[in-house]
Amino acid sequence: MTNSDTHTISLYVANKPGVLARIAQVFARRGFNIDSLVVSSAIDGNYSRMTISAKGNLDGLDQIIKQASKLIDVIHCIDHSDEDIVTKEMALIKVGVDSDGRPEVLQLVEHFGCKVVDFTEASLILMVTGDSGKLDALVRMLQQFRIIELVRTGKVIMARGESET
Amino acid sequence: MSAGLETLEAPIAEKPLPDIQVKPIVSPEAMEGAQALVKRLEMEGVEYIWGLSGGAAIPIFDALVTTNTKIKLVLVRHEQGATHMADGYARVTGKPGVVLVTSGPGATNTITGIMTAHMDSVPMVVLTGQTISSMLGKDAFQEADVFGLTMPVVKHSYMIKDPNDIPRVVKEAFHISRTGRPGPVLIDIPKDMSSGPCTADLDPPMDLPGYNPEIKTDLSSIMEIAEALSRSRKPVLLAGHGALISNATHELMQLAEALQAPVTTTLLGKGAFPETHPLSLGMLGMHGTAYANKAMVECDLVMSIGSRYDDRIVGQPSRFCQSATRIHIDIDPAEIHKMISVHHHCVGDARQILSELHKHVSRLDTKDWLARLDDYKKRFPLKYKKQGGLKMQHVLAELDDLTNHRAIISTDVGQHQMWAAQFCLSEDPHTWLSSGGAGTMGYGFPAAMGAQFGRPDAPVWAIVGDGGFQMTMCELATACVHKLPVKILVLNNHYLGMVRQWQELFFEDRKSGVDLEGNPDFAKLADSFPGAKGFTIKRPADVRKVLKKAMEYNDGPCVVNAECVKEDNVYPMIPAGKALEDMLIDAPKYKLEKPTGST
Repeated sequence: MTNSDTHTISLYVANKPGVLARIAQVFARRGFNIDSLVVSSAIDGNYSRMTISAKGNLDGLDQIIKQASKLIDVIHCIDHSDEDIVTKEMALIKVGVDSDGRPEVLQLVEHFGCKVVDFTEASLILMVTGDSGKLDALVRMLQQFRIIELVRTGKVIMARGESET
Repeated sequence: MSAGLETLEAPIAEKPLPDIQVKPIVSPEAMEGAQALVKRLEMEGVEYIWGLSGGAAIPIFDALVTTNTKIKLVLVRHEQGATHMADGYARVTGKPGVVLVTSGPGATNTITGIMTAHMDSVPMVVLTGQTISSMLGKDAFQEADVFGLTMPVVKHSYMIKDPNDIPRVVKEAFHISRTGRPGPVLIDIPKDMSSGPCTADLDPPMDLPGYNPEIKTDLSSIMEIAEALSRSRKPVLLAGHGALISNATHELMQLAEALQAPVTTTLLGKGAFPETHPLSLGMLGMHGTAYANKAMVECDLVMSIGSRYDDRIVGQPSRFCQSATRIHIDIDPAEIHKMISVHHHCVGDARQILSELHKHVSRLDTKDWLARLDDYKKRFPLKYKKQGGLKMQHVLAELDDLTNHRAIISTDVGQHQMWAAQFCLSEDPHTWLSSGGAGTMGYGFPAAMGAQFGRPDAPVWAIVGDGGFQMTMCELATACVHKLPVKILVLNNHYLGMVRQWQELFFEDRKSGVDLEGNPDFAKLADSFPGAKGFTIKRPADVRKVLKKAMEYNDGPCVVNAECVKEDNVYPMIPAGKALEDMLIDAPKYKLEKPTGST
């Protein structure tokens, strides 16, 4: 395993004060960088779902998962990196473009299945969803224009069928 | 508490203040949060609270009076002392020690003790006062984010946000603290929570969906281990603190004798297996016995029972027992494969696992192996020269003999600690206290006091250096108030001796920041406390006589100041980061490289 491996970890946690700080600390203490982190309430409001994407070597990650699982408020912590899971991410991209460049951008919008959610004389805001690779590709293509702002939600995942996320 | 500015204002004389009807905030059937707290502590079987008050904790200290509780408050002189006393009490009784302090500096002073307990898996519940909820995060007087500050060194922590949560939180805190792998739990209690009304049931259900300390032990992994053992001719059993925490000493003895396998212990595992037993190899590791470390190098199987294979034991992880079958028994799954990879492991309670394992093993053919180790014991015993001044090893060996290996011994950190581990044999479980993981100087004396509170009739010795003792010796006052007959043996070399040893061996004897000039006369210092007594040992010939005198003094604490030779080194030694093969049995005759290991 190389250092550049990205891992996708899902956590199911009791919705109690400090739980996010405790989990972040487990990653920070062993020098792991969190690429993205999504937290939201679970269907049962007493619990939250977290999806964490992080880079690092697998041995270190195994230790982090064990230490995170040990936290009192963590119900489970699972690495889904090698599994067939549903992965989605959303991005809002504000592109500075006038009427000259606009047709080309709108062509990209169509190709990538994005939505234009804001339209002004000098800019467009595009909304795109999909896996992270698709978002990366769109951002790359848009770099020939002027990207004013980029906001990505980070990955959310769900295990397929009967498997638990 | 802050001095109120109102004292500067002129008294209002003209208009008499109207009579204010004092309306109780708390309805008659409700208790104050602090009273519910004390009631719940009683239900947890708490005997002692070690603490020191302050503004934010006053309602809790008040509740100790208004509830007429039988819980005894021990007023310490510094909050660090309170945590180590709670720690010492917990290590000898197995029950969580309870600490009560105020907010801000009162709470931050406990952090060293909490970290010490956390590193060594000691059950402890720390109650900290906090500023009122509405002032949180506004830099109020004596406000510190104690919940945040302590997060990395606790097993779990709470901030009370409703007085009605107090009974449940306290119940959960004790449960978490003492079950599974024990550890410290902190409860931060804003002053308006401790003085607010609590009508909640004192015995509510716990709400811990993510905490399942009851681990079902996997029988197949035990069978795997039994199979691996059956193939071994040169096994070593390695017992750590976990073996003591799970009270597995009987099961360990049973297994070792059934297998005829030698047993070594970690520093904190001392007492898990009697060190006078023929199968005992004593302590292993950086300053362990030569025969224990040689056994690790030559064994064909090593089985850890409740140790975490820490860096003081394995030296260089990549070279540790590389040709041996490595087995790990631990209650904490996060310890498996953490330091070294193992071939077999079993997660669960050591006592249950050893008891089950015993059913599936039979005597191994270890005759040659044991003979080889006995030969090492004869050739490389722990030794010291009696000539050339008073040696710490000499004092400790005499103490060991006089107490018949049966005293409770609590050490500080440094050379004296390693020599105590070598020369004071541990026969019984829960009689050896030392800050192993944290290496906290200042631990030894207050921890010995806590042990004495827990075991009032047992002889308790604090073995400390002159450096560490000065960090917490203010607790002599506390020991006097409670007439604790703790004996404090100060092995005094006027140096921070272990660091000086490293400077001599690895830094061309450049002494930097190790000379403790300005030490007091510890015997006179003791005499200045009411009820304490000081003794001094200067000559090797006086050791036995003075130690005996100290043993006869039981009206309060006594300090035995042993003026030892200034420069002496602890051997055997495995330089940090080196493999066990690189052990120095005696002083090296060549220049050593700087150690690459952590510390």
